Amino acid sequence: MNMSRDHFRILLPVLSLVVLLAGVFYLQPRAMSYFGLNLLFNLAVPVALATIAQMMIIMVNDIDLSIGTFVSFCACVTATFVQETPLLGYLILLMSIGAYAGIGALIHYRNLPAIVVTLGTSFVWGGLAILILPSPGGSSPEWLHAIMKSKPPLVPMAIIASVIIGVLTHLLIKRSSFGVLLRGVGGNDRTLSRAGWSVLKLKASAYGLAGLFGVLSGMALIGLTTSADANIALRYTLLSIAGVILGGGEFTGGRVSPIGAVIGALTLTLAASFLSFLKLSPDWQIGSQGAILILVLAARLAFAKREAQQ
Amino acid sequence: MNTAISETHASTAPLVHLDAVQKHFGKLQALKGASLSISAGECLGLVGHNGAGKSTLVKIINGRLPPTLGTISYRGMSHSYTADDNAEQAHTTGIRSVFQELSLCPNLTVLENYRVPFRDMPRRSWRRVAGARVMQSLDTIFPGHAIQARDTVENLSIAERQMVEIAIAFSSRTHPARLMILDEPTSSLDAAIARQLLDYIKTFCRAGGSVIFISHMLGEIFDVASRIIVMKDGLITDDRPTADFNRQSLVDAMGHVIPEGEAVAQSGTRIPGERVLSTDSGLNARKHEIVGLAGLAGHGQTRALASFYLESTSRWQGSRNSRVVFVAGDRARDGLMPLWSILQNLSLKTLIEFGTRFFIDRQQEQQLAADWKQKIGIRTDDLDSPILSLSGGNQQKVLFARALASSAPIVVMDDPMRGVDVGTKKDVYAMIQQEAAKGRTFLWYSTETDEILECDRVFVFRDGQISAELIGDDITEENILTASFGMKENAA
Repeated sequence: MNMSRDHFRILLPVLSLVVLLAGVFYLQPRAMSYFGLNLLFNLAVPVALATIAQMMIIMVNDIDLSIGTFVSFCACVTATFVQETPLLGYLILLMSIGAYAGIGALIHYRNLPAIVVTLGTSFVWGGLAILILPSPGGSSPEWLHAIMKSKPPLVPMAIIASVIIGVLTHLLIKRSSFGVLLRGVGGNDRTLSRAGWSVLKLKASAYGLAGLFGVLSGMALIGLTTSADANIALRYTLLSIAGVILGGGEFTGGRVSPIGAVIGALTLTLAASFLSFLKLSPDWQIGSQGAILILVLAARLAFAKREAQQ
Repeated sequence: MNTAISETHASTAPLVHLDAVQKHFGKLQALKGASLSISAGECLGLVGHNGAGKSTLVKIINGRLPPTLGTISYRGMSHSYTADDNAEQAHTTGIRSVFQELSLCPNLTVLENYRVPFRDMPRRSWRRVAGARVMQSLDTIFPGHAIQARDTVENLSIAERQMVEIAIAFSSRTHPARLMILDEPTSSLDAAIARQLLDYIKTFCRAGGSVIFISHMLGEIFDVASRIIVMKDGLITDDRPTADFNRQSLVDAMGHVIPEGEAVAQSGTRIPGERVLSTDSGLNARKHEIVGLAGLAGHGQTRALASFYLESTSRWQGSRNSRVVFVAGDRARDGLMPLWSILQNLSLKTLIEFGTRFFIDRQQEQQLAADWKQKIGIRTDDLDSPILSLSGGNQQKVLFARALASSAPIVVMDDPMRGVDVGTKKDVYAMIQQEAAKGRTFLWYSTETDEILECDRVFVFRDGQISAELIGDDITEENILTASFGMKENAA
């Protein structure tokens, strides 16, 4: 009884991933190969990174509506400045991480609603992206492209990358003593400030981490697509929120699971492929993706209710 | 456990010394000059009625509130008024607090919660260290408990959470625990567990630790305290060794010294009519009657009112003529529409009741507001100005007018006079008496004794249940105090 809820929290995303994967393999047995798996999950890597970024924000009881445009912006910077003048490029990316931390500090200091602030900054990032790349173009730095397209033996790159992302963030958020404080901000920030911690610094750190993972997401995306466009990752805002929730996270209370979030991102990417294999018209795909999401969340709610009655 | 105090350099100076400390919140004087010394090995029992200043006093001691006037010194060293400084001093002195409202992070595990107050936790294998220390502390204080270090706090029962919080407060950290402030620590524990805690407190004090123990269970106070401090109206009125008190003299010491000079405007003409409400918890009331809910704050009065109110009004269809109206005590949370005008706030309830058309009848609304402005004396020139432009007392009058303007025969009041000045109070008391005479029934939860004395019948709450029902002349401060503090619990 004690552990069942926590177990279920991670079991549900795993189950939905397995069910979807089984469906895909049934429809298209050729996907059951090194090459097929890589194709299926390739685009999941930047989505997983963006989902982790979103998770950092949800962990401290906020929500980030700017992650999509921020990843687009980082992708544009990577495809232009990092490509042409690496030093300046990395400096810009570093500064944007700082800006994220600053936004977090501001939101806490002035007690602003994160949803409004990040909605505002989403236009700023979007505008900057268009300034950098008015029309699609740019190219990926060689090394980045090489990493993303590399073919390690036995297990495809996409799977290895997802596992690394999941394990590293799990260690940081769930195992380290710093991660405890970050989650504590979501759980009961008054207790933390009473114990003498600076909630301002902790929140800024959470936002800074979100910025870092946003940058990584943009870079990974460019490594895959090799050229950028100012609107390349707009979908990521909603995908990342859905991924966190699908992965067993909750909007409030600092209840997040990094491994769950990565699996959630994989599931969402897979859902799109699954619907393609079903030969569903693209017009219906977004709606059906939503339906899958609602189905999974309804299952979670039903379980939570049953447990509450016991 | 790190209960033994190894350092001896501060053996002569008291741990904490307060000299004529005052604390003001705006006009309200929460503390009017408290002087107090706590030495090592003492266990202080702190008692007093609601609003006597107990929580303000302990918050000043643990450094969370800076005093307005007076000085506070830790281990003989005097300190400034800045809150941060005092909090830091309190921290290094080893002052720790357990408050009634649980302050654990529910999403973290037991051992992770231990990490939060432990600021300089070793980095390497911290989980093992934290787990071992927290379990050691739990095992020492509550032998036989069933809590695991890896349990998530939200999966624990309320009692178990309280146990974890106490264990974390007593556990060893960089600065050893020297003074423990426990505010109603046993309120959610059962008798056997509470016994374990009391025994542990005695051990802790014998080893040289100090405790400030706040409880409404006088038996517990007599059991553990070596000295009892009585607070009343922001003053420490009594500070003597426990042996000098017995239960009766302690209750007497807590009562009001200054009786209300003016005679209570009891209109003896009201004769209670038929019974109009009764609940499962035993609450009942008749027509024409003013029924009071008394007892210490947080002992289930608000819940009793809320469950009665929600039962009788919350149908999803809603209704035009509700039988019950509610006057909020927490205005900001339950009462006001902060961005609306006075007029709109006042007519909110009656709009649905009288308005039969789709559009609001502006004239009727104006008329209603003007009537009540005069009747209840809302001090404003313009009813269209924002509600927040009024003083707290006048805001409360608007809420009263909103409720009384409706046709509902039962009025539920959740400590509505919080932060209201005396003049307004008198106005409202008179209003309530009038309305009761006209046939209304009032359910009135109040933390203030003179308001309870206005009532015809009083239910005293303790631990979420009605512990006494007082009628007529039996409604005295002494009887209420006796019923709200546990007198019959079996103390050793």
